[in-house]
Amino acid sequence: MTSEQQYIELYSEASELIKSKSCNVMNAVRDEAFGIFRQTGFPSKKVERYKYTDVDAAFAPNYGISLSPLTIKPSAYIYNLKDAPVDATPYYHQIADHADAITALNTALVHDALFIHVPRNQRAEDPIVVDYWLRGTAATMMNRRILIVIEQGAEATVIITDHAADKQRFLTTQVIEVFCHDNAHLDLYEIEETTPLCSRFSNVYIHQGRDCSVKHNSITLTGGQTRNLCDVYLQGENSDITLNGCAIGSGTQRIDNNTLIRHEAPHCTSQELYKYVVDDKSVGAFAGKIYVAPNAQHITSQETNANLCASPEARMYTQPMLEIYADDVKCAHGSTVGVMDESALFYMRQRGIPEPEARTLLKNAFMGQVIDQIKFEPLRQKLYVKVEKRFRGQLDKCDDCRLCK
Amino acid sequence: MLKIENLHAKVGDKEILKGVSLTINDGEIHALMGTNGAGKSTLSNVIVGNPSYEVTEGSITFNAQDLLAMSPEERAHAGIFMSFQAPIEIPGVSMTNFMRAAVNARREAQGKEPLKSTDFLKIMREKRKLVEIDQKLMNRSVNEGFSGGERKRNEIFQMAMLEPTFCILDETDSGLDVDALRIVAEGFNKLRTAETSAVVITHYQRLLDYIRPDFVHVLIDGHIVKSGTAELAQQIEEKGFDWIKEELG
Repeated sequence: MTSEQQYIELYSEASELIKSKSCNVMNAVRDEAFGIFRQTGFPSKKVERYKYTDVDAAFAPNYGISLSPLTIKPSAYIYNLKDAPVDATPYYHQIADHADAITALNTALVHDALFIHVPRNQRAEDPIVVDYWLRGTAATMMNRRILIVIEQGAEATVIITDHAADKQRFLTTQVIEVFCHDNAHLDLYEIEETTPLCSRFSNVYIHQGRDCSVKHNSITLTGGQTRNLCDVYLQGENSDITLNGCAIGSGTQRIDNNTLIRHEAPHCTSQELYKYVVDDKSVGAFAGKIYVAPNAQHITSQETNANLCASPEARMYTQPMLEIYADDVKCAHGSTVGVMDESALFYMRQRGIPEPEARTLLKNAFMGQVIDQIKFEPLRQKLYVKVEKRFRGQLDKCDDCRLCK
Repeated sequence: MLKIENLHAKVGDKEILKGVSLTINDGEIHALMGTNGAGKSTLSNVIVGNPSYEVTEGSITFNAQDLLAMSPEERAHAGIFMSFQAPIEIPGVSMTNFMRAAVNARREAQGKEPLKSTDFLKIMREKRKLVEIDQKLMNRSVNEGFSGGERKRNEIFQMAMLEPTFCILDETDSGLDVDALRIVAEGFNKLRTAETSAVVITHYQRLLDYIRPDFVHVLIDGHIVKSGTAELAQQIEEKGFDWIKEELG
């Protein structure tokens, strides 16, 4: 039996139950998504965008599916999609890539969705915080769905964290669809702090109108297997996207980030900076493509991926890509993989700084550049501390979580 | 304080030091001069334990301890300091954090509590004045964007913070203008105690006008071929090294 077979059987058995716990908007696209999944199955490593992650192996173990309802503390702008004051039909499963197997499986199995909606010309003063807690007494699969709609002229900061509260095997699929309308602004942070027993498959799709800006920060502090995909569609003129990534691997962790920025309108800008520190036997992969459509003239794009292999057994794969069909654009991309600067290490040791501490200082300094980019000040300060703790091996449980054991 | 006996060392496959012996007592200043590639920097790097250099024979004892068995950080904690010929840039690590880590690591090795932040900053301020180094450099990354003179001054500042008993000044005068040279040398002299010893590596007499050596040694092709007093440096300044080579035959 291949891995997809158990999910096909699961759907035949449980689809009615899932539908009964869900809502019309989500059920309307469910069967079709399942049909696509059944037809395509999981992507093999021959599929370009899944070259560095063994999806089949990740989905092979027998996980129980979690159908527990979302608990949402009543707060501004956050709804269970079922009870949202705005019809989600024009958004739900509209920009997600229907052909992607993970997205299709998520759409088929997810029963509850979170809907973040900031109405026209409103500014969400406080950040909208979503904390996900993986809990369970047996190996569990979670399917998460988030829809973020920032209406015209609105502004918001959204922070999504991913924690594992129990020492258990968890498999997560996540699909986030973001609609940033004309003249709107969104700062979106995703922070993963799970355990080596966790596998995470996250697909983020961002649609941008004109004169708007989105900053997406993907931070992988701890985890087991992490696969993040982020696709950005710049469809209106004069918009800006920033993608920042911080990935820290140790042990046998695997972190795979795959991004695509599609410039489909003129006069837009994009900046991308992903940094990795891979230690021990961990493996990092980054593939980022910038696509510039024939009509997307006068765009500026900068993509950088810088990586530090902190141990001889750590591995890093990097693949920056440009695909340009317009002739009056400014695009740059670059990638580096390096090892610890031995002369800097020695300089510090000569001053009496013990070697492990010197290594920590260098790793921390290397990652600092990405954390510097975080606009929301309290989060930036918190992440400086967390990143340093991570490099000191003191982040096996998060100090600010009541749930972590 | 420091006793080097029959020291042989190589970098890669190339033997650089071919049997160096040198004894430095408490409070003594020794100048080390010699042609380019003679092994002066190799000798100082071996003393501080740079892992790029391999000792193949001989011994170094420091205050009766086997120095070659100690890690670079242990040597630093024991009181050895080198002012680097080419100080290293460390992007992303601020001078303040770097110094705090170094001072507290040393205190920990001595069984002392880490310094309180206010005390640490106070000491930083005092020592900065000694070498006339600007506060704004302290918030920058280590040596990043520092001019040549600022880098050398920064080395002496670090020396002031760490209060070593044995210092190596590896061509601290190179790239310094006359005023900067004076500030750096005077800074060093102010920091010296009666017990502080030092090895001063230089190509020029000028630095030795400020830092008066008790002994001068000439290193050629991995051997100390001549030793003398401060006058020897004067002679070298006037006549170069050829006459010494001729003496050797």
